[in-house]
Amino acid sequence: MEIRYWNKEIETADRKTIQAVQLQKLKAMVASALHTPFYKRKLPTVGINSPDDIKSLDDLKKIPLASKEDLRQNYPKGFLAVDTSEVVRIHTSSGTTGIPTVIYLSAADLDAATDIMARSIVATGATRGDVLQNMMSYGLFTGGLCMHYGAERVGLMVIPAAGGNTKRQIQLMKDFGTTVLHITPSYLLHIHSTLAEFGTSVKDLSLKKAFIGAEPHSENTRKKIEELYGIDAYNSYGLSEMNGPGVAFECVYKNDLHLWEDAYILEIIDPQTGDPVPDGQEGEVVLTNLIRHAMPLMRYRTRDRAFVHTSPCPCGRTHRRISRILGRTDDMLIINGVNVFPSQIEEVIMKIPEVGTNYQIYVEKQGSLDKLIVKVELYSKMFLGEAKQIDKLKAKISDELRASITIKPVIELHEPGVLPVFEGKAVRVVDKREKL
Amino acid sequence: MAKQLHIFVENSPGRLKAITENLQKIGANIRAFAIQDRGDFGLMKLIVSDPEQAYLALADKGCACALKDVLAISVPDSCGNLHKLLSALADNKINIIDAHGFVLQPNNKGVCILEIENITQTNAENVVKNAGFEILDDQQLYNL
Repeated sequence: MEIRYWNKEIETADRKTIQAVQLQKLKAMVASALHTPFYKRKLPTVGINSPDDIKSLDDLKKIPLASKEDLRQNYPKGFLAVDTSEVVRIHTSSGTTGIPTVIYLSAADLDAATDIMARSIVATGATRGDVLQNMMSYGLFTGGLCMHYGAERVGLMVIPAAGGNTKRQIQLMKDFGTTVLHITPSYLLHIHSTLAEFGTSVKDLSLKKAFIGAEPHSENTRKKIEELYGIDAYNSYGLSEMNGPGVAFECVYKNDLHLWEDAYILEIIDPQTGDPVPDGQEGEVVLTNLIRHAMPLMRYRTRDRAFVHTSPCPCGRTHRRISRILGRTDDMLIINGVNVFPSQIEEVIMKIPEVGTNYQIYVEKQGSLDKLIVKVELYSKMFLGEAKQIDKLKAKISDELRASITIKPVIELHEPGVLPVFEGKAVRVVDKREKL
Repeated sequence: MAKQLHIFVENSPGRLKAITENLQKIGANIRAFAIQDRGDFGLMKLIVSDPEQAYLALADKGCACALKDVLAISVPDSCGNLHKLLSALADNKINIIDAHGFVLQPNNKGVCILEIENITQTNAENVVKNAGFEILDDQQLYNL
């Protein structure tokens, strides 16, 4: 098998070299971090007052873990290390409640993130001459733009199709001979079920590869995609807090995901105790971003569950691999690639006077796609006796939820007292999708 | 004006029965009913012997219900009468949200229940009377 590299020297560097790079970059990151309100408060309490206090990679452990809650509480500028005149891009993502989280990138940060993305693309064998149809959302979500920049740098022809409008997507694939897709696995499966409807079959397309990410999926899902389309599907891992996709990517061996250790320091911890777990054991992924100086973020708890492979990969890359994402350590739901916290839904519902306090969130499969159903009860005292009022109320709940979580749920309005009442911990979320 | 009891019911087995069960317990007599279907839910609309009492009993059980003003119109059971009534309302641009009718044996007395849009801001009552129809008040309606 032909192995292509974007930066062979660092991708195949020995462990000692990678660790030396990590130490040097960590010191530089601590220097940047000491310019942020958050780390100015936090680092001195653990005896870190200058980059010189980081003497070895073991000193990483001194740095406190950071969480999404920290990002939220310090929104919008608590993690910003530079003047905003140095920032060339921001991205935001939904927080656990109404307050979002934000990342800032300087020109140098964007360049570094783009380079890592390019490396990921090349690892799959994609190269100049390939046509990438980028079907992730553009805009505030990192998935679309970061892949776009990386693919341009490699020299692929990029079709910035973004999500949705299946008919047009298929037309674009045909008209421009798309060879590579960047897409959520659920949408890719959904498209297959619509090909016939649009008078197309797989043989009319030129697809060779798909980068599938933004939502956890099983090996069976990957195999199904590969069989249905006759392509290779590569698992992609990233999160906006770490600059988006390209944190870890599968190489041509599709043997789990190389995490680029010169750009991110990987730790796997026990989510309860915070202690490191041995390689091979499942735990929570904790990442330190070594390439984003406008907004340092170190030892960030991703809440994603995975384990580390230490066995060598035949591709020659020395960066350790992480397993596919096996689930979450919090209650975040991933619905058609969009991250949704039940608390966001609760916050919206509770502000609407015509609904009661009891609610349930159902997630199920409708064909290949995820369907979010929010079940609420009508608050009896607010009922005026008109059907029109109910129709309006359902539309209002749907619109307000869509504004908060960006996806449109199905609203089920129930009679008061019909939804189950729980003694003790309420079971508000019922996820009927197949477990990984 | 007559009162009709409107109850929000979701579309699943047993929900209507839960309502009739509660009404039976308090001795409410259902003179007429209709269901406005909206897919996954509906409104059950009832003409009952004592609407206030029925409303309070259901509300006490936590039901989402409301009393609505409706026109209860006596429409003789013979050809052309409903058309005559509706023509009078249409000519005066009065909108009907929902309606149901029933005929009481043995004297073939027809009753038409009309829910009128913005009823208090229309002269629907006069229009109906001027067209030659009798409007039944609460007592007349429930004692039919």
